[in-house]
Amino acid sequence: MLLEVKALEVHYGGIRAVKGIDLEVEQGELVCLIGANGAGKTTTLKAICRLLPSSGKIAYAGSDITRAKVHELPRQGLVMVPEGRGIFPQLTVEENLAMGAYVRGRVDAERQYATFPRLKERRTQVAGTLSGGEQQMLAIARALMTEPKLLLLDEPSMGLAPMMVARIFEVVREIAKRGVTILLVEQNARLALELAHRGYVMESGAIAVSGSAKSLLEDARVKEAYLGEAAS
Amino acid sequence: MRFFDTRGKPWLVWLGFALVGLALALLPFALAQAGTTWVRIMNYTILYVMLALGLNIVVGFAGLLDLGYIAFYAVGAYAYALLASPQFGLHLPFWLILPIGAAVAALFGVLLGAPTLKLRGDYLAIVTLGFGEIIRIFLNNMSRPVNITNGPQGITRIDPFSFGTFNFARPDTVLGIDVSGPIKYYYLLLLVALAIIVVNLRLQNSRIGRAWEAIREDEIAARAMGIDTRNLKLLAFAMGASFGGVAGGMFSAIQGFISPESFVLVESIMVVSMVVLGGMGNIWGVILGALLLSFVPEILRWTVTPVQEALFGRMMVEPEVIRMLLFGLALVLVMLFRPAGLLPSAVRKRELEEHVA
Repeated sequence: MLLEVKALEVHYGGIRAVKGIDLEVEQGELVCLIGANGAGKTTTLKAICRLLPSSGKIAYAGSDITRAKVHELPRQGLVMVPEGRGIFPQLTVEENLAMGAYVRGRVDAERQYATFPRLKERRTQVAGTLSGGEQQMLAIARALMTEPKLLLLDEPSMGLAPMMVARIFEVVREIAKRGVTILLVEQNARLALELAHRGYVMESGAIAVSGSAKSLLEDARVKEAYLGEAAS
Repeated sequence: MRFFDTRGKPWLVWLGFALVGLALALLPFALAQAGTTWVRIMNYTILYVMLALGLNIVVGFAGLLDLGYIAFYAVGAYAYALLASPQFGLHLPFWLILPIGAAVAALFGVLLGAPTLKLRGDYLAIVTLGFGEIIRIFLNNMSRPVNITNGPQGITRIDPFSFGTFNFARPDTVLGIDVSGPIKYYYLLLLVALAIIVVNLRLQNSRIGRAWEAIREDEIAARAMGIDTRNLKLLAFAMGASFGGVAGGMFSAIQGFISPESFVLVESIMVVSMVVLGGMGNIWGVILGALLLSFVPEILRWTVTPVQEALFGRMMVEPEVIRMLLFGLALVLVMLFRPAGLLPSAVRKRELEEHVA
């Protein structure tokens, strides 16, 4: 088990945003965490990479990371692409990628450029002037520079045109094929489930349904609430 | 920054270095022709260059606005004064005290940095401003119950730098050339300033420099990239402070007398102005800023009166008034026409353009 979350709870002041969830990701899996706005998906992700304090147990690659610091995790191969991308807007594409290689110490962006030819074309452009989709690509490419074992993606499709969403999901599939384990948080349930091996559905801070992506696509409740199909 | 295209012509670079080196080496003798005062003024200017470069690490590289920077200068100056004056009867050699001063200043840098780690922008500026004042007020009052700093009277008869029998305060004849005290100090200051410039240049393109850049841009993203933002911010404070401490120690020795009066808020603001006017984050810009704001006003001091007397037959406006007038005017003009500073760093320029647009 690469990632094992047990009884995870996160509080915002008095509000319980995540109410004791269990979640597992196997080596080589692509797992998605879907749910509506405010269900606690992003909060869960932030807690896993220690941006938020939480109670419960988080084990990564066999070691307990519940007390780890945010900056220690990328070194161990646990990297997050934050919501809203979190690129460095005033730096160029190249400089952004170089920053991604911070923990590795050597900068070789060629592999990333091969995956994202668009970024290669814009390598000297300032990141803040890229389109939303390109920024998302840059955020993913920058995370890949750390050579992650487990990649946490927070709503990569947010605010993108349908064409670009399709392209981003293609890239996610490609990265998964290379052997990177991925935990994907998405609102776009159909696309996420079509891509993933397994899925968790979150509802107001708890896991409502979980199972293989296929079974979730067939699940009546999921169909009605998230896939926009009437229960048959 | 590229004045000439030197690609494929490396000898041009070396020629440039040689010319600048020669000019810097001959400068004090040229200045001495106009009076030793000018050499002294040049020495103070170099001290400001050091301070501006130190502050540039904190403000320019790491993006942490520090309005109490002069406190570290004070810490360095007092560290030297207490260890090399009759105050405690200690007379340690300067090459021992300067590192001590730098270390003590760095410690104070961390002391200031640690509680302010979560603050940014205006809030950080206010706390640092307070810190600067706290240090000065402490120095002012540490004469009772145990007399440490001598309070507002300050510390007098501070040892000048000396190396064996070579004393930096006395005139000497070296290789048949008459060298006055200030000229000796000039060379020492120049050497230390060059060392600080080299450290700055190396830092800028290092791993640490890149991490600072990331922190300045987006702290959360920087942490997500594996950058230890806490330690790197503290490092910025400590490094900036240590340069201030070295400059302070040298100031102490050159001056021979220090009091809390030398470390008032205006001095902090002066150094910040140098960094901002020259161009935050750009080493050459910051040096230019320091030269402009510390050397040019001195020229005014010596020219305003004669010019007025020649024009109007009497002095109408005091040099000090004109100085502040021009100082304000210069800052306003720079903010209007070159908001990123005279020689802006590439990234800083982008940042400001972004905000304007």
